[in-house]
This record gives sequence, structure tokens and C-alpha cells, in this order.
Amino acid sequence: MSNSIPHNSYLDPQGNRKGILGWLLTTDHKRIGILYLICIMIFFLVGAILGGFMRLELAKPGQQIMEAQTYNGLFTVHGIIMIFMVVIPGLSAVFGNFFLPIMIGAKDVSFPKLNLLSWYIYVLGSIVAILSQFSGDGPPDTGWTFYAPYSMETTTNVIMAVVAAFILGFSSILTGLNFIVTIHRLRAKGMTWFKMPLFPWSLYATAWIQVLATPIVGITLLMVIAERTLRIGFFDPTLGGDPILFQHLFWIYSHPAVYIMILPAMGVITEIIPTFCQRKVFGYQAIVLSSLAIAGVGYLVWGHHMFTSGMSDLSRLVFSLLTFIVAIPSAIKVFNWIATMYKGSIEIRTPFLYTLSFIFQFMIGGLTGLVLGSLATDVHVHDTYFVVAHFHYIVFGGMGFAFFAAIHYWYPKMFGRMYNEKLGNIAWAILFSGFTLLYFPMFVLGMRGMPRRYFDYLPEYSTGHLISSIGAAVLIFGIFLMVYNLFRGLKTGAIAPANPWKGRTLEWTIASPPPLENFDEEPVIDAGPYDYE
Amino acid sequence: MDNQTSAITEHRDDTGAKLGMWIFIFTELLLFGGLFLVYAVFRAKYSQDFHIAAFQLNVFMGALNTAILLISSMTVAMSVTAIQKNDKRLALLLLSITLALAGAFLFNKYLEWGGKIHHQLYPGSDVVMSLKHGQILFFGLYYFMTGLHALHIVIGMILLMYIAYSVAKGKTNQSNYVLLENGGLYWHLVDLIWIFLFPLLYLIT
Amino acid sequence: MDIPIPVTLPNNLTICKMSAESKHITPYRLYAVVLVVLLFLTTITIIAATLDAGAFGVTLALVIASVKVILVLIYFMHLKFDHLIFKIFAAMVFFLLALVIAITFIDYLYR
Repeated sequence: MSNSIPHNSYLDPQGNRKGILGWLLTTDHKRIGILYLICIMIFFLVGAILGGFMRLELAKPGQQIMEAQTYNGLFTVHGIIMIFMVVIPGLSAVFGNFFLPIMIGAKDVSFPKLNLLSWYIYVLGSIVAILSQFSGDGPPDTGWTFYAPYSMETTTNVIMAVVAAFILGFSSILTGLNFIVTIHRLRAKGMTWFKMPLFPWSLYATAWIQVLATPIVGITLLMVIAERTLRIGFFDPTLGGDPILFQHLFWIYSHPAVYIMILPAMGVITEIIPTFCQRKVFGYQAIVLSSLAIAGVGYLVWGHHMFTSGMSDLSRLVFSLLTFIVAIPSAIKVFNWIATMYKGSIEIRTPFLYTLSFIFQFMIGGLTGLVLGSLATDVHVHDTYFVVAHFHYIVFGGMGFAFFAAIHYWYPKMFGRMYNEKLGNIAWAILFSGFTLLYFPMFVLGMRGMPRRYFDYLPEYSTGHLISSIGAAVLIFGIFLMVYNLFRGLKTGAIAPANPWKGRTLEWTIASPPPLENFDEEPVIDAGPYDYE
Repeated sequence: MDNQTSAITEHRDDTGAKLGMWIFIFTELLLFGGLFLVYAVFRAKYSQDFHIAAFQLNVFMGALNTAILLISSMTVAMSVTAIQKNDKRLALLLLSITLALAGAFLFNKYLEWGGKIHHQLYPGSDVVMSLKHGQILFFGLYYFMTGLHALHIVIGMILLMYIAYSVAKGKTNQSNYVLLENGGLYWHLVDLIWIFLFPLLYLIT
Repeated sequence: MDIPIPVTLPNNLTICKMSAESKHITPYRLYAVVLVVLLFLTTITIIAATLDAGAFGVTLALVIASVKVILVLIYFMHLKFDHLIFKIFAAMVFFLLALVIAITFIDYLYR
């Protein structure tokens, strides 16, 4: 595919390992990024299709295509795949691996072998997760949250799914560890902390959450296994345990996990906006500090998932307050993005379209988060479709669309070819309308009382559900169109120049696709990352 | 494009390696931190039951194991000094003492667990299940925490054995000993956790 | 990269200067002193536990354990001689853990 590209790129066979082995045994951060990309794309498509089946079941009241128990298994596996195998590794493992070393002017990450090992651990965890569907006494039906005490009682194959989540967490920890050390030790000469581009900054904040939060869910999952196999009491009330303690421990990780997903997404957006506006990013330091603040405060807000679980009133107040505080740095970023666009020479290309829809959807997701973060309103909408809609607006409309923006933004750099711009625009339009049709009605359904995770519903909810299901079909079509366009570009796309978007960060100073060792000579940095004139 | 197709040469960065090890230690601390949180919650809820159940634990054994681990922590720290002074034999000797002490720790643990299991004091046994809730939780935590800690001892022993091999081969030497330093750091972590486990489990009678 | 087994030189210090980082050598004596202090603290905490001191006993045991942990961190784990950033990170992690436990207890103490 790359015979027409003259220089020695990372895609060419290297050394004495040809073909597939050259990929499976590589320690090159770029190839490892591609390995992650392939896996994550496959899992994303699988997860999306599973979601499509759920929408098919819910298109009309009553049973359509599956039993209630199948539906329980389906939303569990949809959650496990999408959360643990797609969005948590998502941006940092794919684009972080590929672009972090390049953007800070390094040849590779600090521990290249460990980096490959992380990928293998990720694959192992994914295999165990898939096996949990086909072995034991039926697929797990607890939802991805594994709430006690039900996760102690159900006879389904919970243990294996829990083991999978544990292994995947380990992979995430090792990636985070690698990135922290890389950023501390391998920045190019002259790249001080405040001359570092903002995507690496967001990865740095993310990596600390990965390292400091994942162990808590690790030990929690081990406790679940011990309780199920050895009858060691932790969470089961019949043994004196406390189910609410499980929720505490689970959310101490899983709320920061939302920031593991969204922080790199914000980082991507912060890279794309200056490039397509040809304007220096507004408030560089405010963006850096808000990333760190989100990581720090975001660690302490877990209790807002438990407002109706029976926590003490005082802690509900504290968690609600902290939740409102964490909204501030997120809002700062939105203002920075908008201010960067102001008076810029904006060029609307596919990555920028995804970026714009990211901001729109992230704002809806974020502001509805405040509805859920207030104690009084949460009582009304908790455990309804309102939560489902809020969550998908952040994770799919936010992180997912940022992922699409990133792949379109860096595609020419990664593969040395261009995709079809017009088809890219069309796919975006379909995706955006499909997304809105699918998830916006859920806000309304939730406000009117439609509970989440139900397999059936009362007739008064049928209009909203029907619109939502139509949206799912549109969305899935859009996804496939986008993927088709990207695949087609690999073979038939025009050869990409080194800097198609006139970007200023280091990855645009090297050839497309990047050479094996990234830089012919080590770069020396003497200016900020976004100095457009 | 005078780019040779040589493999990417990894340049050595001892501080980076140590930073990596420290971050890994942080993850281990938080792993046990989650357990300490569980302990704290249940202890606050059932302090009387914990008090009674802890009588079943042998303070002497716990104290002995504390001393063993503290000494082994010192010997592994000293082995770094030995390698820095280029005293390979002393370094190996100190590592061997560390490993022997680790073995002694595990042997004591075996005796301790064996005794308790012999008296039907293990999670899920009829004896334990007939106890009060707080006591069931205490024994669960006791086995889970010391078991997870013992697992870390085993991992640490494997790591130290590998490092001893590397020292013997001369790969870890006076000018390149970050592997030994990192192995030592891991071993001290095991010590750190035990320093908290000992009073929390054995000394609350 | 592969340096052969170093030849024993009359003056070890010459090589030490060559190794770029973490060249601080802790004397054996210091480790021994720290160990004695740690064992002494262990003895105190055991004795204190036999005197039935109630809630104060728990606090004392935790304070002594914390002192021991700090000693291990500073001397055995070399934090005293390492880069400032290591100290900051270690402090940050312990602070975070304390904060998480404290916040969780806002729930359990006021339920």
C-alpha cells in the first residue's frame, strides 16, 4: 500500500521480522497504536451492533426479538465492551500511543516492551470478556456495574466478566504508568512543561487517574470474586457485609474512569480547534490547569452515583457540592474553545465538524449532568432514561465523537493518505442526526419516568422509543459509512502531504506516515505549540 | 534519508526506571488502600466483634513476622549499598538472607493459617458462620488481607531471585544497579503494608 | 551497554562518579540504626496494646505505624536522597488515600 511513498515509514517491513510477526512483536509505539486501533474498532462495531439489537427490541412495546433474560445479558455485555474495551483505552491507547512521543519530540515511550505487554494484557482481558458470554451458566446479567448483592446471588458467569475487567484494568494502569514516565523523562530539548502541546497534557492528567483509581476497582473486583468463591463477607448483608460499600468502592474508580474517557477527548479537541482556526489557542494555561483540576476534583465526586442508595444526608450534600465544583473546569475549557475560534480563519473540514458536534453534545451532556448532580432533581430522574441519555451524550457524543474527530484529523499522518472529504462530511451529517434522534428522546422519556434497563415499557412511552430506534438505525448506517470511507482511503486515497491542515505541533513537521524513529534529528523547541501568525 | 533500519536503541534512563517503579508502588498502595478502607468501615461498625475475634490471632507470630520482614527490608537495602561499593559477594549474601527471611515469613504464615484452619476458623466454615456478623467479617478480612500480602511476598521473592541471578551474572553491577534498587523498592512496599496490617489485625484485642 | 563484570579497582569512587544518577551511597550503619528504631517501635506498640487503652490505643498504634512507614520510606526507600518529585508524588498518594477514606466516612459517621 505504501510503495508509492518514498521514505522509510513505520509501515514498511522492518528488520528481519516480516509480515504479521513484525506487528505482533513490535515495540514501536506507532505500530502498537495501530494494533489498539484495530482491536478497538472491532469491539466498537460489535458493541454498537449489540446496542442496535437492544434498540430493535425496544422499538415497540412488548417482546420483539428476544427474551427478557437475553436483554439483561445484552445490556451487560454492551456496557462491558463499550466501557472497559472501547472508551477507557480508546483515545489514550490509540492516539496517545501513536502521537504522544511524536508530539513531545521523543523516539518512543519510556518502556516500549511494557507498552507491547499492555496491549497483550488488553487482548487477554478482551478474550476473557468474550469467553464470559459463552461459558459457565449463561452470560452475566448484572450490568457493567456488578452491583452487590445481586452480583453475589446471580448464577450467571459473573466471575469471568469480573476477571476480564480486572485484567483490562491492569493494562490501563501500565499504559498510564508508561505515559507519566515518558512525559517526565523524554520531552525534547527546550520543551518545558508549559511548552508542551495540550493533548499530551490531557494524557498526563488522564494517566494519573488511570494509575491512582484503577487499583481501587481492581481490589473491589477481587473482593467480589473472593465473596462468590470463598464466602468471605464483604458486601453480602447475610454475612454482615455492606452493599453500599461496594458502590463506594466501585465508583471511587468508575467515576474517575469517566474522566479517563473524556480528558483525552478534550485534549484532541484542543488540538484540532487551533489548527482549523489557524489561531493560537486561547488561555493555554487555563486549559492545562483545568485538566489537572478535573483529574483532581473528579477523583472525589464518586458519591453522586449514590444519591438514592441510602448514604447519609451530609455526604450527599458534600458530593453534590463537589460535583458542581468539577463542572467549573469543564466549562472553562468550553469557553476556551469558543474563544479560540473567535476571529480565527475557520476552515470547516471533517475533523472540525466532528469537533463542533463534540462541543454541542458535550455541553448538553454536561449541563444535564448538573441536573443529576442536584439532590432534588436527581430523586426524580435517577435510574431513568435521563441518566442513559446524559451518559451517552458524554461518552458517545463526547468521547466517541472526539475519537472520530481524532481519526479524521490524524488519518493523513498515520497512513499517508487522504480519505474522501465529501463522503466524510456526509457520514458526519448522518452520524450527527442519528445520534440526536437516538439519544435526545431519551431525555424526554426519562423525565416522564421511563426506567433504565427495562426490557419492556408502557404504551405511553412508545413514540419516544420508536424515534430512538429509528435514530439507532441511522447512526449505525453513519458509522459504517464513515468506516467504509476510512478503509477506502487506505487504498485509493490521494497521497497526503506532511502537513495537510497547516498544523503547528511537532507531528506535522515530519513525513506522512512518520519514519521509524519519528525524527531524523532530535527536535529542539524554542516556541509555544500553537504560535500561528 | 540516511535512516538505518537498525532497531530503535533504548537509551538507559535510571531515573525514569525508578519513577516507573514508584508509580507501580503507588498502584499497589492504593490496591491495599481499598482494603484498608473496607477494614476501617467494618471496624467502625463492629468494633466490639473485631475486638473479640482478634483474640484468636497469635500476637507472638505476628510480632515475629514483623521483625522478620523489617530485618529483610534492611538486608535488601544494604545489598544496594554493597553493589554500589562493588562488593558483589556481599550483595549476593544479603539478597540470599532476604530470600531466606521471606521464606521464614511464609513458613510462619503457613503455621498460623494451618492452625486456624485446623480449628475450623476459615471463611464459610460452620464455626465461622455461626459467629456474629462482625466476627465473620474480621476473619474474612484477615484471610483476604494476609493472603494478598503473602501473594506479594511470593512475587517479591521471584523478583529478588531473578535479581540475584542478574547480580551473579554481572549484569547488575556497580555502574548499572537500577534493577536491584527497584527490586528493593518493591520489597520495602511489602514491608510497608505489613507495618499497617500487624497492628490493625493483631493488636486490637 | 553490556559492561563486563567490573574489575576491582583500588579506588571505588572513580567508577561511582561515572554512573550518572543516584550515586548517593547510604552507609550500612544508617540502615542498622533505622532497623533498631523500627524494632523498638514495634515493641512499644505491642506493649501499648496490652494496656487496655481503648480508642486512644488504636490511635497510638496507628501513629506508631505511620512513623515506621515514614522511616521506611525515607531511609530504606531512599526518598531522602531522591529527586524532589518522588517525595511530592509519594506524599500526594498518601494524602489522596487519606482523603478518600475521610470522604467515605462522611457517609458512615453521619448515617
